[in-house]
Amino acid sequence: MSDTQSPEPKGAIAKFLAASPDSVGKTIFIAVAVCLVASMVVSAAAVSLRPVQEANALKDKQINVLQVAGVYEPGTDVSEAFAAFEPHVVELSTGEFVDDRFDPATFDDLAAASDPELSVALDDDPAGIGRKALYRVVYLLRDESGGLDKVILPLHGYGLWSTLYGFIALENNGNDIYGLQFYQHGETPGLGAEVDNPRWKALWSGKKLRDDAGDLQITVSKLQPAAGPDFYVDALAGATLTSVGVDNLVKFWMGDAGFAPFLAKLQAGEF
Amino acid sequence: MSQTKREMLIDPLVDNNPITLQVLGICSALAVTSSLQVSFVMALAVTFVTSFSSFFISCLRNQIPGSIRIIVQMVIIASLVILVDQVLKAYAFEISKTLSVFVGLIITNCIVMGRAEAFAMKNPPVASFIDGLGNGMGYGLILLLVGFIRELFGNGSLFGVTILETVNNGGWYVPNGMLLLPPSAFFIIGLIIWAFRTWKPNQVEEREYKIQQVEAH
Repeated sequence: MSDTQSPEPKGAIAKFLAASPDSVGKTIFIAVAVCLVASMVVSAAAVSLRPVQEANALKDKQINVLQVAGVYEPGTDVSEAFAAFEPHVVELSTGEFVDDRFDPATFDDLAAASDPELSVALDDDPAGIGRKALYRVVYLLRDESGGLDKVILPLHGYGLWSTLYGFIALENNGNDIYGLQFYQHGETPGLGAEVDNPRWKALWSGKKLRDDAGDLQITVSKLQPAAGPDFYVDALAGATLTSVGVDNLVKFWMGDAGFAPFLAKLQAGEF
Repeated sequence: MSQTKREMLIDPLVDNNPITLQVLGICSALAVTSSLQVSFVMALAVTFVTSFSSFFISCLRNQIPGSIRIIVQMVIIASLVILVDQVLKAYAFEISKTLSVFVGLIITNCIVMGRAEAFAMKNPPVASFIDGLGNGMGYGLILLLVGFIRELFGNGSLFGVTILETVNNGGWYVPNGMLLLPPSAFFIIGLIIWAFRTWKPNQVEEREYKIQQVEAH
């Protein structure tokens, strides 16, 4: 500690540096200086890296939409492939597009779920999400001739430990499931986290939401329900509560509180 | 200086390992070691933070007032951690999603504070940097060891590459699901500490009390 005790310090700065660090003036000076420098470093990093981070978050979401629609392979140019998808903001209660009120490219429906003006608290809340946004972003995938090929709908709900966020892809009849995928969850690795297992996700393909009478029959359970194998996805072994959560959230978002009005319009051929 | 720089770097790997000898930094070692890739990034992040925080704190050591030294250290450490977090979010998005809060929690990692307070406040910058580097690597070594065991036997893979084909994917290996849960890291770290102390008996702590044979009166 003796390296600053050499000859008489010269100049104001040298005197200041040589002064005891425990004086009141120096204590305040060091506190302010360290905070200033640290805050500049942190804010410079945050500001300069933000565009890259936002691009990452957007790309992550786009990859998930591509994956559930079955058009993603590693190496796919994400933004190019994603350009084939038409985003739309849907008003859940009517099933109408409200693209004139919200920009579908930037509307954040998960943030909207905590905005009192854009969401409602749920009394009947099987998916365990508390509040439901009144508007959600859906993606339409069209074939070469411009006809509807697939529709991708967002869904989320509570499993065992965490909220699962995902997408479901439906065929153009709005009833046949093409795929289901979660992009964010915190379920138990090896048990509930098996919702990410490709073998389990493949079970969803070809299942149907509603029977001929129009009743929502899709079920995730251990035993095949009376409605038959078309409406049944085998529950995950060892992950009863996660499976129940997935069952609830699919039923909720495909039901009347969710996308049922939109799907009815889709089946009527409005899009 | 009683230690050479080389010793400063090598010592914390085995002889004075922050996890196995000092038993610091256990919380994050439990949480992030379920896969090797994540353990590796976490090890890099902690090594970066310990080495640079020690360096900067050591540069300022003669100027830091004793009354607010812990706060000054925390400000420097926290800034570096935020820097790491921001860089990970920008350039390693997938991994930063898995690490989530644990990058932020490097701030509270006892190893970083411990080296700042115990070494960097009393030693010159370059020596402090090397000391921080060595301790970060000592932490990283245990993380990789635990991550290796947990990912290989819990998931049948290493760095995400399948080594043992699991039954869920049509292979033969029945993975040990417990290894993917945090408690398993407790057992593994405990076993590593046991192994280290059997190998190097001078790491065994002295008992605080001992039952003695007393002559009957």
